[in-house]
Amino acid sequence: MTTAGFEQSSKGKPLWLLAELTYKCPLQCPYCSNPVEIAKYQDELTTEEWFRVMREAREMGATQLGFSGGEPLVRKDLEELIAEARRLGFYTNLITSGVGMDEDRIKAFKEAGLDHIQISFQASNEELNNYLAGTKSFNHKYEMARLVKKYEYPMVLNIVLHRKNIEQIDDIINMCNDLDADYVELASTQYYGWSRINIDQLLPTKEQLDNAWQVTQKYKEKYKDKMKLIYVIPDYYETRPKPCMNGWGSVFLTIVPDGTALPCHAAHQLPIEFPNVRDWTIEGLWNDSEGFNVFRGFDWMKEPCRSCPEKTKDFGGCRCQAYMLTGDARNADPVCDKSPYHAELHADVERINKLAKEQDPNKDEKPLMFRNMRNSKDIEKDAKKPHLETTE
Amino acid sequence: MDITADQTIPEIAPTFRLQWEKAQNCYVVLYPEGMVKLSPSAGEIMKRIDGAQSVADIISELQQQFPDAELEQDVRKFMEVAHDNGWIRAKQ
Repeated sequence: MTTAGFEQSSKGKPLWLLAELTYKCPLQCPYCSNPVEIAKYQDELTTEEWFRVMREAREMGATQLGFSGGEPLVRKDLEELIAEARRLGFYTNLITSGVGMDEDRIKAFKEAGLDHIQISFQASNEELNNYLAGTKSFNHKYEMARLVKKYEYPMVLNIVLHRKNIEQIDDIINMCNDLDADYVELASTQYYGWSRINIDQLLPTKEQLDNAWQVTQKYKEKYKDKMKLIYVIPDYYETRPKPCMNGWGSVFLTIVPDGTALPCHAAHQLPIEFPNVRDWTIEGLWNDSEGFNVFRGFDWMKEPCRSCPEKTKDFGGCRCQAYMLTGDARNADPVCDKSPYHAELHADVERINKLAKEQDPNKDEKPLMFRNMRNSKDIEKDAKKPHLETTE
Repeated sequence: MDITADQTIPEIAPTFRLQWEKAQNCYVVLYPEGMVKLSPSAGEIMKRIDGAQSVADIISELQQQFPDAELEQDVRKFMEVAHDNGWIRAKQ
């Protein structure tokens, strides 16, 4: 998902509604942005509940609706949800792996009024794609991308970049061109949840990034009349943080499968109680819940953000990253070199760079932790162990 | 084809959707994962781009509605900007 094209509204309305319909997914990407605790989200919202969420968000001014997951195609009521969303006047985006799609469904979505389909690829070749996805899916994705164009949808192709695929950036962009993509999102992995677990194997080196940046610039110019390339840089190499979500609770509203409402799809991990649509109206939770108000404005900030002239530009960066790397979500995002924790982050990035360069290509490195329900349950069990020991 | 020429018939490009937004009190252009709010004058022009009226038709209709405004150059300029942004194209 990109924030491009959305200016921040001074009134703060949930213009962008991300509907994470389910955390079930046939893929197992080790950089998945879903929470590690996916196995806990079994009690999914019903069709009727989603109808109400969409109606209330639309009444507040939401225009963009992303159907995401997990894999949204797993939901049998997806056609119904699309039709209702379109009837309400949303611009409807389907964000999918393509697995679970076929020509009949693409046609049915068109009839329901779906505006746009985004398909993710894991790599530009079958072997690596299937390895990263943990499933045989490359050829099917390729075929689905062709059909998306055949049915005249605008098509975004999304490729998450990391150390395992970033050197194939040339091939990736050319594949997208072959498939007639309208937009290509080259999204550097953001290190939360699953990808944080796998960061030693996924974070690209500085050299890989610089090279990928140059290659992308070259193709941006070459394909500028045909295909728009959006390169999302990885912030671990930056000295200023990203203006996360354009400010907390200002534009984005994510609803996760069990109805919990979040200001950002990574906010699960924060020690904050977020409202659930089963207890709140959308207007109520957006305006009045503590979870949506806690980081609005500037009063919550600590130094160095509080007195920083750049706070109106980047809002102190990402709250999740601050929490994850410093233990306090009110701290400055350590990506910022004004943060007292920046040196620590920088040292960790250096360590991973060294690790990557010293990796013997003939030897296996630490195995990736793939995103699936079994691993989710195992991680959960491991997390509970120390607690059990102390109570014995 | 020159998008600003009298006889050109502009239409909204397939990737984009024009819509009146009550909550924003303006016309917006919607596209994959994005939105652009239009100014009132841009909205007046865009809503007449329907794949049937030519640039000359649109100018003359606007001129009737706003007789005191000198708008011809503004309309042609807007066609150019909208075309550069990919929102509209010339109907074949």
